Amino acid sequence: MLESDLGEFGQCLNPPFWRLGFLSKDDKRRVMLEKAMEEHDYQEGSLLEILHRAQELYGYLSKDLLMELSGSLNLPPSHVFGVATFYSYFKFKPLGEHLVTACLGTACYVKGVEEIITAIEREFNLKRGDPTADGKLSLLVTRCIGACAMAPNIMVDGEVIGKATREEILEHLRLLLGGVKAETI
Amino acid sequence: MSKLKLSDIQKIAEHELDFQRAYMHRINVCCSSACVHLGALKLLKAFEDAIKEFGVERQCKVARTGCVGTCSVGPVVILDTVGRALPRLYQSVTPEKVRKIVQDHIVLGLPAEEMLYKNDAFFKKQRRLILRNVGKIDPSRIQDYIAMGGYSAIVKCLATMTPQGIIYEVLNSGLRGRGGAGYPTGQKWSMVARAHGSPKYIIANLDEGDPGVFANRTLAEADPHAILEGMLIAAYAVGAEKGYIYARAEYPLAIETLQKAINQARAMSLIGENVLETSFKFDIELRLGAGAFVAGEETAILASVEGRRAMPRPRPPYPANSGLWGKPTLVQNVETLANIPIIVQNGGAWFAKIGTPKCTGTKCFSLTGQINNPGLIEVPMGTTLREVVFEIGGGVPEGRKFKAVLVGGPSGGCLPENLLDLPIDYDSLAKAGAIMGSGGIVVLDDTSCMVDTAKFFTDFCVDESCGRCTPCRVGLVKVREIYKGIIEGNGKMEDIATLEKAGAYIREASLCGLGQTAPNPVLTTLRYFIDEYTEHIEKRVCRAGKCFKKEKEV
Repeated sequence: MLESDLGEFGQCLNPPFWRLGFLSKDDKRRVMLEKAMEEHDYQEGSLLEILHRAQELYGYLSKDLLMELSGSLNLPPSHVFGVATFYSYFKFKPLGEHLVTACLGTACYVKGVEEIITAIEREFNLKRGDPTADGKLSLLVTRCIGACAMAPNIMVDGEVIGKATREEILEHLRLLLGGVKAETI
Repeated sequence: MSKLKLSDIQKIAEHELDFQRAYMHRINVCCSSACVHLGALKLLKAFEDAIKEFGVERQCKVARTGCVGTCSVGPVVILDTVGRALPRLYQSVTPEKVRKIVQDHIVLGLPAEEMLYKNDAFFKKQRRLILRNVGKIDPSRIQDYIAMGGYSAIVKCLATMTPQGIIYEVLNSGLRGRGGAGYPTGQKWSMVARAHGSPKYIIANLDEGDPGVFANRTLAEADPHAILEGMLIAAYAVGAEKGYIYARAEYPLAIETLQKAINQARAMSLIGENVLETSFKFDIELRLGAGAFVAGEETAILASVEGRRAMPRPRPPYPANSGLWGKPTLVQNVETLANIPIIVQNGGAWFAKIGTPKCTGTKCFSLTGQINNPGLIEVPMGTTLREVVFEIGGGVPEGRKFKAVLVGGPSGGCLPENLLDLPIDYDSLAKAGAIMGSGGIVVLDDTSCMVDTAKFFTDFCVDESCGRCTPCRVGLVKVREIYKGIIEGNGKMEDIATLEKAGAYIREASLCGLGQTAPNPVLTTLRYFIDEYTEHIEKRVCRAGKCFKKEKEV
């Protein structure tokens, strides 16, 4: 079988290829990532730490980025992809400009966060996990941010809004997006 | 800071206490996650400004502190005055109110009554051992912890106790693991101490993945050094050289606080080579989780620290014999570890008197859901659910009716009103079909549908199942499908029997704690709330109005 038959993943078969580096070496983020790997001595056991650092720097883990890590840490791509996709904290798609994270912990669920999530989805015509078509807003769902006494909690760009109501959140988001009218269903 | 010796800890404590006594008032602003979200950081500046304005700088010290538990009325400020036994607690403080508090309380000496937290019932039934320093110390200063008697337990161990002696005290205390399973801590320690292999490791489990639980987070944010000291004592007792704290990445403040604490302890040579100029060495490193509920499982956490997928493996071999990289490893919940310094200080026999004979000590619970006073509490084992829900928690909000209490997180059990007099301990809860878990208590009222609730938890467990063993991976999905049918109005009476059977199979045949406890919400709702199931199936009626929504909307 030819490597090209395997499509994009054919690259995996050729070690020197990924060692060349997909990401520009001049990129400051790449330099910082290399430094993090150096600190951990390129140890296999530090994979989670490196993935955390990579996501911190790039915002999400692209396929190229994971391939790069696989080469640098001398681990099979299957291992790196397997570990990264196992944990829900890692994201594989770029996020929108603004980020809404709804807490779907037990306390928030009991206090009706699901209604707020559905309302956001309808109002801005997006699905949890994917950004809006214009890339302005992303909606993520997380399991418990640990502020249960304030349930339901919605995080908007890292700021937690406790005891959230549907109207309050929708209004907040409308203002945030600069009053741009979202398509209605 | 130069290297410290054993005797120096006492000196630091005395020095710090003198320094603290110089101030008449200590203003502790709660800076844990919940209060910070509500704007607590702005209060620090506001207090400094107000103190300057009134010229009382020499009487007051403003400090950060951890969560006292009354998270629903945050931001909270604790005003500790020399000569007063109990500090005053101010609730819902805003920068505008700060000036009045300083004026009334500090300048005039009269507490600003209208802003005080008056709900004494919340604290009355509590007993705070694990959260002993919460609200009193600044978690970012190691001196504060030392002043409260911190690190004197490790000094006592290193100076006067043998490792066997410490294990004996822990065995005597009757302390059981606070992570949920309740395995006797002393037995675990002696297993690791006896195990062959070197180096030995310790993992402090701070992967509090249960939704609705935040006890461990609060502990780490409020008193990180208690966890470190517990680890140090454990390491000395079992002969470990390296420790990892495995924390959830979703807890940024806890991680920051712990990292700072580790750095301070290292600078004072409390961790590292030659701890306090003795031959004992122990180092601690922080590891971040990445959002996997199952990673809290004893063998899964090993895989995760090694940088692999957090998948559990069959036991034996137990981590005590073959853990991290095949070496003997002690895996212990952070709450368990925070108990250790008090046990060493006061002796195992003293500790064994608290709680019930079979279940000693206290336990932290996160109290949430439809309840008047949600927050973090610590009660002796054996306290009844009724006391927790109605006396400490203040019952369900006005006009609603109590329906059930969910104990033990997503894999706990839903218990009805007639079981409220159940004492909280590992065995009583297990008998009723619930688990202690990591200590989540969620109160449900008549707006919650039990069928829908059971489905919510099944959804959670389906998401979080690691996929290694079939009963959990396939069984839970099947259970979810049945629930979907019932909720959409396609339920059959046979479904109830199928759910019972599937639940029992999953519980018996799963590999790890996640699968073994995942059917608990299903089985307990079937056991105590069967009426709601039959109503859903036969009459297509949902009392709470949660289900059959799709039909209504169309």
